[in-house]
Amino acid sequence: MNMMTGVSPWERLIRPDRVHGSLYTDPEIFEAELKNIWYRTWVYVGHESEVPNANDYVVKSIGPQSVIMTRDEQGKVNLLLNRCSHRGNQVCSFERGNARSFTCPFHSWTFANDGRLVGYAFPDGYEGQDKAQLALGRVTRVESYRGFVFGSFAADGPTLKEHLGGAAETIDRLVRTSPEGEVEITAGFLKHRVKANWKFILENECDGYHPAFVHTSIFGVADSMIGKLYGGASTALTRDYGNGHTEIDLRPEFRKRDAPMSWFGTSEERLPDYTARMKAAYGDTAAREIMIDGTPHVMIFPNLFIAEIQMFVIQPLGVDDSVQHVTALQFKGAPDLNRRLRQQTMGSVGPAGFLLADDSEMYERCHRGVLARNPEWIFLGRGEKRQRQDELGFTVGHVTDEVPSRGIWTHYRKLMEPA
Amino acid sequence: MLSRESSTTLMSAVTAFLYREARLQDEHQYEAWEKLWTDDGVYWVPANGADIDPERQMSIIYDNRSRIALRVRQLMTGKHFTQTPQSNLRRLISNIELMDEQPDNGDIAVASNSLIFESSLRDDTLWAARNEYRLRHVDGELRIAHKKVILVNNDKAIYTLSFLV
Repeated sequence: MNMMTGVSPWERLIRPDRVHGSLYTDPEIFEAELKNIWYRTWVYVGHESEVPNANDYVVKSIGPQSVIMTRDEQGKVNLLLNRCSHRGNQVCSFERGNARSFTCPFHSWTFANDGRLVGYAFPDGYEGQDKAQLALGRVTRVESYRGFVFGSFAADGPTLKEHLGGAAETIDRLVRTSPEGEVEITAGFLKHRVKANWKFILENECDGYHPAFVHTSIFGVADSMIGKLYGGASTALTRDYGNGHTEIDLRPEFRKRDAPMSWFGTSEERLPDYTARMKAAYGDTAAREIMIDGTPHVMIFPNLFIAEIQMFVIQPLGVDDSVQHVTALQFKGAPDLNRRLRQQTMGSVGPAGFLLADDSEMYERCHRGVLARNPEWIFLGRGEKRQRQDELGFTVGHVTDEVPSRGIWTHYRKLMEPA
Repeated sequence: MLSRESSTTLMSAVTAFLYREARLQDEHQYEAWEKLWTDDGVYWVPANGADIDPERQMSIIYDNRSRIALRVRQLMTGKHFTQTPQSNLRRLISNIELMDEQPDNGDIAVASNSLIFESSLRDDTLWAARNEYRLRHVDGELRIAHKKVILVNNDKAIYTLSFLV
């Protein structure tokens, strides 16, 4: 709070229809974001299917911090910090594996995969020491929703379910694409680095204004049906679920097409095995509805982006250094669909992807662009006058409107302002 | 195994071919580069190591012949912004070897190393890779039937790779 004006700095920087360029480039603001967002709110870390068996582990992250996601012998999923409680050495240097324990290479301290310190070298020097006080650090709260594991460093605060709010329903929709109701993350990740602030990525994920322009080169040569979804005449919607979660709801367009699997540019005939399994699992009517509606396009604040056929995890490393981790979504019990999902994902995303190479170019150009000091603002007013409430009370707008960006910044300001 | 004489002749033809490919890539001669491929060519840039199964695991590039053509067509539009303006590129190709193990179908297994300096709007970036080829004589000309580019840092987060590697 500025004592002279009574206006908080965040109120000055974040206006209803515009935000200040320094929010993307100021290193002090980045440090404040780590504290108030990344190390406080619920952040997506990994998926339970990445550690299917007892003692499996995979190294993930929350912002710049390395986090080991383990499944211990009891089957519980733990989020441990990759830092020896002795002198800070990283206890795990492999990306994945199966291990009952992690032994620090520095002085051979050994930790069970639930974080307990089980032994140190030459223990006679630690007479009277309580090992329980020297466990690995851990993410304070761990909760999962339909297999998606989130962590929060805040001891108190909203539950994961409260944080997800209305956006939880998009994950319900997602898992229904599997005849067994489960997503599996099994195809490995591409890691795409960009020299840009993480919020350029966050805001672009549900920006329906850019595809017609940024992706014109691939839409023009690939017979893609995606372009029309983002045209002026599209009936698709942008939606603000609150809590920073945003969506592009393409169902109105897919329902007009009224053709199962059209959302994925294919048909029931081309996926006979999948179609049969879906009908067996859900019945003809519900299966048809699921296969018409397709999967969601939803950005779960601050870092989980489900983009119909793939999943991105945004990782900020520095004010102008970010990584997009991306993999094909895989649906349990859908091998023929999964194969196509992998093929499409590899073509579209990652460092050499037909789509993401151009998106990432925009992130980097935006970052360099906002270093110019005039105009100071990023203008986010598109569709402000025509936005409305949907039947559930969430703000919606035309697919090309900036409802998502405004929703993200409203939530961001709440998190950044001192309580 | 090839005889010493035929291997020397083949080695010089292969070397000239790989240098030509490198020049076409550096100079963004997309259509000429595309003509180097056989009709069943596969262009593969694995992620997370050299030995993943590209049918099961994500690769940076895993293009069949039609997707190679699509990649080239996208570059040709002039609106593929990541290559508009184009990266300035120069690459060194070295350590060219005809492999001891040769395929049964008459294809020629060749490997090389490459070091690529890219200067783009973002910054200057150095790329290094092991390249493994299966080349084939088609109508008397060498063609690429399979190219696998194993980036040294393919297990790490890497910047956009939108030029022809």
